[in-house]
Amino acid sequence: MIGRGTLLALVLFLAGPVLAQEPAAPPDRPLASASQEARAQAIFEVVRCVVCQHESISDSPAGIAGDMRRLIREEIAGGASDQAIKDDLVRRYGDYVLFTPPVRTGTWLLWFGPALLVLAGGAALWAFMRRTPAGTAPLSPDEERRLADLLQTETVRPDPDASPPHEGR
Amino acid sequence: MIVEFGAFALVLALVLSVLQTGLAAVGRARRSPLLAGGADGAALASAFAVTLAFAALIYAFSVSDFSVENVARNSHTDKPMLYKVSAAWGSHEGSLVLWCGVMAVFGAILARARGLPFGLKTSAVGVQGALTTLFLAFAVFTSNPFNRIADAPVQGNSLNPLLQDPALAIHPPLLYLGYVGFSVTFSLAVAALIEGRAFSGFWPAWGRWVRPWALVSWVFLTAGITLGSFWAYYELGWGGWWFWDPVENASFMPWLAGAALLHSAVVTERRGALAGWTVFLALLAFSFSMLGAFLVRSGVLTSVHAFAVDPERGLMLLGILGVAAGSAFALFAWRAPQLKGGGMFAPVSREGALVLNNLFLTVAAATVLLGTLYPLILEAATGQTISVGPPYFAMTFTPLMLVAFIILPAGPLLSWKRADAKGAIQRLALAGGLAIACGFVFWLAFEPKKALAAAGIAIGAWLILGALAEVIERIRLFRVPVAEVSRRARGLPLGAWGMTLAHAGLGVFVLGAVAETSFKLEAADALPIGGSVITGPWKATLTDVRIVEGPNYLAEQGVVTVTSVDGRATPRTVTSERRFFPAGGQTTTEVGLDFRGLDDVYVVMGERRATPGGEQAWSVRLYHNPWARLIFLGPAIMCLGGVLSLMDRRLRLAMPGRRKRVAA
Repeated sequence: MIGRGTLLALVLFLAGPVLAQEPAAPPDRPLASASQEARAQAIFEVVRCVVCQHESISDSPAGIAGDMRRLIREEIAGGASDQAIKDDLVRRYGDYVLFTPPVRTGTWLLWFGPALLVLAGGAALWAFMRRTPAGTAPLSPDEERRLADLLQTETVRPDPDASPPHEGR
Repeated sequence: MIVEFGAFALVLALVLSVLQTGLAAVGRARRSPLLAGGADGAALASAFAVTLAFAALIYAFSVSDFSVENVARNSHTDKPMLYKVSAAWGSHEGSLVLWCGVMAVFGAILARARGLPFGLKTSAVGVQGALTTLFLAFAVFTSNPFNRIADAPVQGNSLNPLLQDPALAIHPPLLYLGYVGFSVTFSLAVAALIEGRAFSGFWPAWGRWVRPWALVSWVFLTAGITLGSFWAYYELGWGGWWFWDPVENASFMPWLAGAALLHSAVVTERRGALAGWTVFLALLAFSFSMLGAFLVRSGVLTSVHAFAVDPERGLMLLGILGVAAGSAFALFAWRAPQLKGGGMFAPVSREGALVLNNLFLTVAAATVLLGTLYPLILEAATGQTISVGPPYFAMTFTPLMLVAFIILPAGPLLSWKRADAKGAIQRLALAGGLAIACGFVFWLAFEPKKALAAAGIAIGAWLILGALAEVIERIRLFRVPVAEVSRRARGLPLGAWGMTLAHAGLGVFVLGAVAETSFKLEAADALPIGGSVITGPWKATLTDVRIVEGPNYLAEQGVVTVTSVDGRATPRTVTSERRFFPAGGQTTTEVGLDFRGLDDVYVVMGERRATPGGEQAWSVRLYHNPWARLIFLGPAIMCLGGVLSLMDRRLRLAMPGRRKRVAA
């Protein structure tokens, strides 16, 4: 059942683009050259929509994302390099606009932390393996004799919970 | 009345949890089975009380009792019953009750466990009770979902329409079963640290108890994350499935720590080695769960500046995280040097391979942590704002995982203690050769040629073929008569099949993720009725647009016919909708999905607009997502592998509440 309020809402919904406060972005016009358009798409993926939560401008339906896409396409068509376009965006909106954080003193830990951790972990492992001897000393003749005795006298009862023996286990 | 009853049950559960903690502590100190039994009883009663409280909340939502503030804020009479019920865990308050409920029920299962040594079990029940107390107190004192409002509104605010979706209705319960499942491994780890003076054979027994809990939690978390990712894929209408969004990362960190825990617990159970490390991971997994809860609920993440949105609750959660994780890790630092593992092994051995797995998985988890928290910390410290997104993780996380994947298939072929590396390499040579061939064929078949993508495909194939090679090796396929092969196959423990499936499922996921990320195509255009848009091999024609009335929404539904450009594929009709929910005034999109083999043709209809000629038109986006099926199929196979492992007798014996059966 549709009530009057709902009907009104429906009218507003269908007329949305006309009445809404923020006009919807005009449809994207891809660049004529396929290679230039591919470059534009690659840049869209790494540029953050500045009013959204965590969306790239390639995903975002927001009006400003559409504006930014158009701007980037214009700059590519105008012959700007990818780096120049990104620099330009950073000048306008700050580092926040790129999903790739800059490499500078404050972000060294961010960028090199993972590699450092792998190296530190690997070094710790190496030290650990060196400290603990891998094998046990060979049995003395006396121990060998005792083992042989045990193996002969003791009937080995299979453990019902143990897994069946397999190679590689 | 039922609502007051629910509020009462929630407070009762809190009191019972306090009782559980106290009785267990005193019972442990005095070695009194009577008091410890009392703690078990309190755990059971507390679980029962939270369950009743949660049932009362669901009742309030199902009858749309708007005199309850939480119901008024999150529900609406027009919603279908499924979403009325799921709205019970759709808000901060309600989901917290679910969290506490899962924690208390798992605590009760732990309390009913048989066969654990007295000290270990009593301590674990006590710790679980303390954790439940912390979270219940948080729920009762700051986030009580049963609060009434003086003037009940006639109609509620409704649930965010994005969440009104079957996948997202069951996504939080699955996720919470995973997150909170790690609370049990956490409690068992703290209990092991408290008990300290471990007797011989303690660590294998402890590992045997931790493994099923780690596995259950990991399976639920995998299922929950996959469902969430699938939801993002078809509900948000962006064509993507993982965005390295901080909220996604919050669930991915416990998953990675849990995966590492699963593997290191095997070493502890089988060989008594790595005890300290396994304890550490058991603490870490649940600490990540709590960190995730803090990040998502405090408002730190919705916007970097939004810490003040709810400072009280955020700080309380940070306090809980600090108390629980802080004291556990302090205890670990104090006791860890005394933990004696035993079980020595050579670098090239099953243990060695599992240690490497752990190195990579924990560094990967640390990388996700770094990428998620760094912008927050940097801004707090220096005021600089940065964004950490997909390119960062592609450069740090992905290489780590790729190296781990290259080593992975060798692990299961190595024997315990000391292994023959050459033998393992020989047995994997065929799989390796075939995997490289797969990569090469892929490189030839897909345009444009991308070497990195081909390498990724080779690694995915390597994981699958390596898992197959391991099974073939074990059942001696092609080498012994068929009867012997089938005898061996039946003799393989379910856990071995589970491991093989899980590793192969990972390979399936890698194939899908690489193909989709590298060869996704999209096109968009404003289409009048009868107009079409082309991307890659597909052509989508907008044949009709009609108004559809849903239970609580109105939709503009675009009927789109998908055919191949060369006309050879059978045309199929899909519908994409733009739904308008009058209750909240929000609009959502429903994606039209046409499954073509492994590929998805993904159609999104957007707003109505005019063509340059003034004709009425709709913006339509068309995506070609190659092999996208595999992205979700892979984790499903991994879950199946986990479930098979859980059914293994060796693990089942360690599950609670069952008597040890007479040997079969």
